[in-house]
Amino acid sequence: MSTTHATSETFDRNARAALADPVLHGALRNLADSFVVRRRNAIASAGDWEDLRERARSIKDETLLHLDEYLERFTENAEKAGSTIHWARDGKEACEIVLGLVRAQNANMVVKAKSMAGEEIHLNEALEAAGIEPVETDLGEWIIQLAGETPSHIVVPAIHKTKQQIADLFVEKVGIEKTDNVDVLTQTARRILRQRFAEAQVGISGVNFGVAETGTILILENEGNIRLTTSLTKTHIAVMGIEKVIPKFADLDVFLKLLPRSGTGQRLTAYQSLITGVKNNADDIGPDELHIVMLDNGRSRMLAHPLTRQSLACIRCGACLNACPVYQQIGGHAYGSVYPGPIGAVITPQLFGLSKAKQLPYASSLCGACREVCPVKIDIPALLLHLRSEIAEGSTRESQPTRKLGESIAFRMYSRIWSRSGTYALSIRAARLAQRFVARNGKIGKVSGMLALLVPPLGAWTERRDAPVVAPKSFREMWREKKK
Amino acid sequence: MKVALFVTCLVDQLCPNVGMATVEVLERAGCDVTFDERQTCCGQPAFNTGYRKEARKFAERFIEIFETSDAEAIVIPSGSCTSMVKHFHEVFEGDAEWRERADRIAAKTHELSSFLVNVLDVDEVGAISNGKATWHDACHGLRDLGVHDEPRRLLNKVDGLEFVEMENADVCCGFGGTFSVKFPEISAGILDNKIEMIEKSGADTVVACDASCLMQIAGRLSRISSRVQVKHIAEILASQE
Repeated sequence: MSTTHATSETFDRNARAALADPVLHGALRNLADSFVVRRRNAIASAGDWEDLRERARSIKDETLLHLDEYLERFTENAEKAGSTIHWARDGKEACEIVLGLVRAQNANMVVKAKSMAGEEIHLNEALEAAGIEPVETDLGEWIIQLAGETPSHIVVPAIHKTKQQIADLFVEKVGIEKTDNVDVLTQTARRILRQRFAEAQVGISGVNFGVAETGTILILENEGNIRLTTSLTKTHIAVMGIEKVIPKFADLDVFLKLLPRSGTGQRLTAYQSLITGVKNNADDIGPDELHIVMLDNGRSRMLAHPLTRQSLACIRCGACLNACPVYQQIGGHAYGSVYPGPIGAVITPQLFGLSKAKQLPYASSLCGACREVCPVKIDIPALLLHLRSEIAEGSTRESQPTRKLGESIAFRMYSRIWSRSGTYALSIRAARLAQRFVARNGKIGKVSGMLALLVPPLGAWTERRDAPVVAPKSFREMWREKKK
Repeated sequence: MKVALFVTCLVDQLCPNVGMATVEVLERAGCDVTFDERQTCCGQPAFNTGYRKEARKFAERFIEIFETSDAEAIVIPSGSCTSMVKHFHEVFEGDAEWRERADRIAAKTHELSSFLVNVLDVDEVGAISNGKATWHDACHGLRDLGVHDEPRRLLNKVDGLEFVEMENADVCCGFGGTFSVKFPEISAGILDNKIEMIEKSGADTVVACDASCLMQIAGRLSRISSRVQVKHIAEILASQE
């Protein structure tokens, strides 16, 4: 698929390509039909859902407000339990730390658990460039690794693929007989991945939550591959965004109720690995070394602003993707970022720069479905509006200008002319005259050619929709007549 | 009750009958309706596209105009524009005086169906209509203002009208202001799903509280020559036939 290397700078083109892909459309239908419904059913079993959301958000707010203190406490306790803490300012630094650790073990391959932080820093590319083979062990991640693609969803990385596409991929890449039996496909993956686990010396994972009070990391999953990645290997490297820390062990109660229900519509994931340091006795199960790489990569910048700070409350459940009408249309690759969907449209420009992702904050109808399902009550529409204003007004933080000249002139004219009733009325009279050239039977059909070029919004609107005409008599005229 | 009408620019120019219907319904519910002809637009297109300075101009005008009114409430036949008024304070960041004025105006501003049911405590306005209608929840009305039951109660009390729920009534129609022309293909894709649900409901009329969603939905229904009509809730409530 050509969308593999899509960047967020070409969002409009990526989106058009996605819309023209009928196979993708079929795959995305599952989202609304299964995930949305499953989530709705699962939250019904969680008691007072609104209260849980409130509590989760207040825990996150408190943590983010005093992040330095909680990070200090987390690292202190993690080290006490035998973990080694590393700090990475950006993705490059994080990759270098990981490479150093893998090289120290003389390993030429690593098993990997699904990790968005790992995707964010492009860890696989870095490992490959250093001659180390990364083996993804999450089924979905393994599939897209075989296909040479990137994840299109935070939780379900291969959601864009149909069963048939996956079967064809297995035939091509691992040489099985042609089949459409899902059991055969999963058994094949299991057989191959078990072998890789047996060979591996180093396992790399992400982190869902890091508990400051105990120095524990928690990782959730359904396939058992994370358990193997983090326990069969001698060295476990966990890449953890600095915003993943929470104050107390008891806080997990709230988040464990929210995350699986919001993400996959489960009451609880099949596995929850709580890892506190390394093993104490040689006979215990578990790695000899646990390295936690604390990743900043733009996060501390997001802390500064009271509005954007809430972006860091995200627990990566993916519920906003599933609920988003835009995501449902175009899937994740069109966003050209490891973080797609509504939360991706918020995080991507903040992490990687507005000028690199200036279309993303506009890729939303602001319907608010994302805010409604967000388990930590992130006001995504408000954040999108904030980013839009930074783009439109020209952010000073950006190296490249983000303003669009034509658009800013149009809005200046709109505000000059339309904020006064006299000029407003004049402009309507002008529109009434102008529409005579295009209106037929009280509506405007498809506008093309020169006119569509001269008035791009009209061309864009009428491609698939008729446009209404200005009424012969406005309300204010009717009102005047009524009052006579 | 004395009520100041903000009719919205879309209704003023594109569907003035919705404005007249709003006046009719409010008067039938016992209101004394005033309309200040200095009003234009709430400025939402600018605000939603990120042009806050431009949006502020509209907000200032709106506040100045409605501050001169002695009406107890400002009523708007649109969830979206009502929601914009509730957001006015955001364009006055760091300006305490304007923020306070914005908040005072916002506190007395109501979307039409919510005003009828929650302020006037009226869910029957003597409307008579026929046929089968379904309701589209406009996003801002639903999620910013919490308007959900109010229009359904009103529609269920319309004499002769059969009300049916469509599936995914609360899913966006894909309009989204400038979104609809910035990304017309995505917007139309979302719209197609909405049209499918409307057609599937078996209704002959789709009703909403926002001229913007109705313009989007009507634009597609007209293009595909559907038999389904669009109506603003004010038109149904004003109907006497």
